[in-house]
Amino acid sequence: MFPTNKPCLPLALALKNMDYEMITINLTKDGGQQFSEEFQALNPMKQVPALKIDGITIGQSLAIIEYLEETRPTPRLLPQDPKKRAHVRMISHLLASGIQPLQNLSVLKQVGQENQLTWAQQAISSGFNALEQILQSTAGKYCVGDEVSMADLCLAPQVANADRFKVDLTPYPTISRINKSLLALEAFQVSHPCRQPDTPPELRA
Amino acid sequence: MDYEMITINLTKDGGQQFSEEFQALNPMKQVPALKIDGITIGQSLAIIEYLEETRPTPRLLPQDPKKRAHVRMISHLLASGIQPLQNLSVLKQVGQENQLTWAQQAISSGFNALEQILQSTAGKYCVGDEVSMADLCLAPQVANADRFKVDLTPYPTISRINKSLLALEAFQVSHPCRQPDTPPELRA
Repeated sequence: MFPTNKPCLPLALALKNMDYEMITINLTKDGGQQFSEEFQALNPMKQVPALKIDGITIGQSLAIIEYLEETRPTPRLLPQDPKKRAHVRMISHLLASGIQPLQNLSVLKQVGQENQLTWAQQAISSGFNALEQILQSTAGKYCVGDEVSMADLCLAPQVANADRFKVDLTPYPTISRINKSLLALEAFQVSHPCRQPDTPPELRA
Repeated sequence: MDYEMITINLTKDGGQQFSEEFQALNPMKQVPALKIDGITIGQSLAIIEYLEETRPTPRLLPQDPKKRAHVRMISHLLASGIQPLQNLSVLKQVGQENQLTWAQQAISSGFNALEQILQSTAGKYCVGDEVSMADLCLAPQVANADRFKVDLTPYPTISRINKSLLALEAFQVSHPCRQPDTPPELRA
């Protein structure tokens, strides 16, 4: 089973023009490489991603992205205006904590194979229903106005997951439109889930 | 900051968070949502970061970017790694007979990781010796752990920090057992 991945971090690194070494962790091979002692020492949450940078290790995608933004401020991933920043964070958190954790691999395992598809579809649809409504007041070309932000980095991988779980995107025209615009950007193409170094051959784009 | 709290009963009337009025305010149909400065913000951490940027004192995030990263990492671990997995809508889907085990598993799993992270970040509080956004996320999650009868013996650092937080006035008046809508039998 192709594991749920979270390329929002590679997207951030790509947009910031940063070089990095990616160590891929296969979430299902060998019982799950995230349970190895080596990886646990690096990231006790046993989840991906984790970033070693500037002598520290940070887990949690959004915490990592905020750190990158504060230490490598250009190009921006958050707008300058505090109210727009609040919108970017609200959308990012809706995706990162309102949807993503409910359909990640460890939760799906607990739910049981026969329930997984329905469960994941429910989590995604519920979140996308809300997001579509929020975007009516925040979106321009992208999630918040006309600049790519952290919110967009969270959106694209979640739409990829929606496709994977066969969620009907017809009720979400704004989400679809924004995602299409994002996929036209180079950073979103080289980081696309179907182009990772460890993408299984049958899923490679 | 002064504020008006409108309490939403998540189970009464089929769940007041599903009312049209509340949905217009917060389409995610979750709590909390804050109306402030002419906008409405959902998602606790997004709200707190906005408050920090617009009302910067007293600080809820340290100045140093690496410490800020630690505060955010812990906050997100709690807010997205644990809390969503044991909130009401998920527990309803899991089914009543599975709820306790499911919630305990979510909390223990997250607390195992957090206890280890705190070994390198904690001072008096989660990150160093100043109260931060991480501590604001911790205290309610420990209260939830109590509610779901999670054994806290494996988490001495979490317990110690929580005890220090509960000694602070802000954490006492905001305790789940002291809210205006706390049922009488749970009122502290």
